[in-house]
Amino acid sequence: MQSSPGLPRTKSPSRANLSGWLYVTPLIAVLVPFFVAPILVVLAASFFQTDGFGGLTPGFTLSNYIEVLHSALTLKLYLATIKFTFFTWLFTLVIGFFVAYFLVFHVRNQLLAIGLFLVCTVPFWTSNIIRMISWIPLLGKEGLINAGLMSAHVINQPLEVLLFSDLAVVIAYVHQLTIFMIVPIFNAMARIDKRVIEAAVDAGASRFDIMRHIVVPMSKSGIALGTIFVVSIVMGDFFVVKVMSGGGSASVVSAFYEDVGVLQYPTAAASAVLLTLVLVAIVALILRTVDIRQEIAR
Amino acid sequence: MSMATSDLRVVAAPATRKAIAPSRGGRPWTFYVLAGLFTAYVIALYGPMICIYILSFQDVRGGLVFPMKGHSLHWFVDLFTQVRTGDVKGSFDRSIKLAVLVTVITVVISFMAGLGFRRRFRGDGFVFYMMIGSLVAPGLVLGLGTGLLFQALGLNASWYTSALGAQLSWTLPFGVLVMFAVMSRFNNAWEEAARDLGASRWQAIWLVIVPVLAPGLVAVALFGFTLSYDEFARSLQTAGSLNTLPLEIWSMTLNVTSPSLYALGTVTTIISFIVIGVSLGTIVLIQKKRGSRAAAG
Repeated sequence: MQSSPGLPRTKSPSRANLSGWLYVTPLIAVLVPFFVAPILVVLAASFFQTDGFGGLTPGFTLSNYIEVLHSALTLKLYLATIKFTFFTWLFTLVIGFFVAYFLVFHVRNQLLAIGLFLVCTVPFWTSNIIRMISWIPLLGKEGLINAGLMSAHVINQPLEVLLFSDLAVVIAYVHQLTIFMIVPIFNAMARIDKRVIEAAVDAGASRFDIMRHIVVPMSKSGIALGTIFVVSIVMGDFFVVKVMSGGGSASVVSAFYEDVGVLQYPTAAASAVLLTLVLVAIVALILRTVDIRQEIAR
Repeated sequence: MSMATSDLRVVAAPATRKAIAPSRGGRPWTFYVLAGLFTAYVIALYGPMICIYILSFQDVRGGLVFPMKGHSLHWFVDLFTQVRTGDVKGSFDRSIKLAVLVTVITVVISFMAGLGFRRRFRGDGFVFYMMIGSLVAPGLVLGLGTGLLFQALGLNASWYTSALGAQLSWTLPFGVLVMFAVMSRFNNAWEEAARDLGASRWQAIWLVIVPVLAPGLVAVALFGFTLSYDEFARSLQTAGSLNTLPLEIWSMTLNVTSPSLYALGTVTTIISFIVIGVSLGTIVLIQKKRGSRAAAG
């Protein structure tokens, strides 16, 4: 950001503060009622009692938290969520990193690189649900993959593990979310000065050295940003788990969805508050390593 | 990190051109490996979607998997005429209207916030992290909170009130983040020059900043429209009694097991592709016009 302190129109700090706040007032006017207030409502509801039919009795009880923390199911749900999050993160990171690396360092024509980059991003602007169900004709019992493997005599009977399984859940996540890794890592890599790498090559660095000492460290901010997106989306998701596991698996939020379905608002709210705390802790940990605001504006 | 970079730059000055991506000569083996990976990724990205577009054109005997059973538009007709698949037409209508509304509001508010965030002001970090919070919060939880809030205030949840707000809490952070990236390429001297030449604050914004940032604003609009049009988790508890299209698709995935689900997927993706095409086309057109004007001048 270029500020020009010497100019006569430089404002006094208090006027700059005022005009800054005026410009973001509309943003705040949306975020307060539709982000801050709903979070507070959920927080409040987690301390309320229910009549079991969706009615909430204002009050203060910790019984919802005790119920959530004491249930063996909670641990199972968190383990399942962490498992999905970890594998999705791992695969999106590896694929996203190398796709970005290919586009930045191996495609010589810059126009072509931008074109290929757009090819990767277009599905992001289409429906996630449709992209998820589009795996059914491929992974199903009579799907293309099973049919192909059977006609090639690799297997004798269809693999049941392909669809409606944890594998299918991870496949759907990776399919949807790799773009969230590609974009920030691509941005970070595109800013690496090519001459730095040339210098390293001239100084005798191997391909692996360049990767380890230059590309990975300088892409860290992109990796951190992508991780925030992927982790928060997987941990907050429920429909992929619900549909792609065929009801066989559940995550924290899909259990929340079931609770809401049977009007168990307070327990659902308590579990949501716990999940939000976990999420905030993870995101805060990542934010310690990178100043995203500076990163995006650079 | 930046210091290390500039140090290295000095060292790199006399370097000859042979990096991992040499400008001439044979490509390293990693090129072929990574090109293979990239191709596989793109096939995995588009392959499944193309499968359902093809399968949606089956005739009445059609099922959810290959092989194709005949060719017809049966399931598209079925989609818009059958009561059993729900109110597809109405939800289509609502989703488009809602997306247009969200787009306009997102562009205006993101643009203003982009202007505001150009200079640091006291408390800007608070606003920024509130926005990040809105982005990463689980959509379903926020949706439930919004729904309960409306209930507590005695307001009726509907797609143009509660769902509109819930969707804005999702599209605005994206819009503002795009504005950050766009603004970082804007030179404040242009605005200052306009002001020095006597333009009012409003004229400087309308006649200088908006035209310069036009491609970025189109990008914000693209995010606003598509994210709203496909938004699901935040709308689920806030849309009230009338469904938006993604909610309709969601209920279909749970109880419709015919290719009309795929037909709906094809139709909604065509809409998305039109919007993406128009947006990207507009950006290219603006850039081209600029290029030719610069060449002529």
